[in-house]
Amino acid sequence: MGVIAIQETPLHVLAVDDSNIDRKLIERLLKTYSYHVTAVDSGSKALEFLGLQDVENFQSFSSNQETDVNLIITDYCMPGMTGFELLRKIKESKSLKDIPVVIMSSDNIPARISRCLEEGAQEFFLKPVRLSDVDKLRPYLSKNERKTTNDDDDDDNDDGDDDVEGWSDEDEQGRSDEDERGQAVSMDQSS
Amino acid sequence: MASVSQLQRQFVEYTTSLYNEGYLDDQFTQLQKLQDESNPDFVVEVVSLFFEDSEKLLNNLATALQQKIVDYKQVDSHVHQFKGSSSSIGAQRVTNVCVHFRNYCEEKNLDGCLRCLQQVKHEYILVRNKLEALFRLEQQILQAGGSIPMME
Repeated sequence: MGVIAIQETPLHVLAVDDSNIDRKLIERLLKTYSYHVTAVDSGSKALEFLGLQDVENFQSFSSNQETDVNLIITDYCMPGMTGFELLRKIKESKSLKDIPVVIMSSDNIPARISRCLEEGAQEFFLKPVRLSDVDKLRPYLSKNERKTTNDDDDDDNDDGDDDVEGWSDEDEQGRSDEDERGQAVSMDQSS
Repeated sequence: MASVSQLQRQFVEYTTSLYNEGYLDDQFTQLQKLQDESNPDFVVEVVSLFFEDSEKLLNNLATALQQKIVDYKQVDSHVHQFKGSSSSIGAQRVTNVCVHFRNYCEEKNLDGCLRCLQQVKHEYILVRNKLEALFRLEQQILQAGGSIPMME
């Protein structure tokens, strides 16, 4: 179980957004960090991509396939399945629940934000998403994060503990120093 | 024939005025920062998507508001989309009208909605014209052998 020093495959982010403009934007932002990006336009396509069979609307017991997705970033407001519903299905899935999920929204609604964080989202970004937001994804995308369905590793990084040095400009309370837009809280020190 | 430095100065002045007059906000600058040698047309590509989307949305809005019985949820959904896309490219004035538009949708205020439709169309056309002028200026600079000044 040794740590692999050389990263061979780029980290893989699945982006979900029904807006073609926002898909293009998030893809470009993510690629500045050399992530491999797959962008889909709906929650159902996301679940298909992640290998969940559409057994009674994605309530499958387990996925045979191991997905190589390291992080999922999804819009909240989408027709059909919302980002919240997608988050919930991911967290309910044995095979997918450990993949960090980030929600994006153009609406700054505190109740919505807390709901998502309580449901297990790692971060909540207000749109338009910027490079400084994507920068916050780095601890969730360190190479030690990759988990498989059989991985019993109790390395508990997915609540975003700061064990990666110097990656963030945020102070202890998780506030970002950037913000004249009233950017939402990112609670990467969830309790 | 304008020299490169004259064109560049025009570019800087024009861009500055667009920010000062609120047509564009910082998000547009963010887009420009994402443009580089491996993504040389990024801004034009994103803005073109915005133009295409906007034309469709404006048509959809007009149709939706012409119905005998207006489905305000549907109208709001279109406006929400418009608000999102305009905000993603930094077209601030369009976004601002969309905010008011959504309020009228919530109130099911037909007159308010119709007025906002006119307003948002107007603001969209303005920003479209200005962005097209900006892109033309960029092309002129590049064709004259110059480089596009970085705005801060």
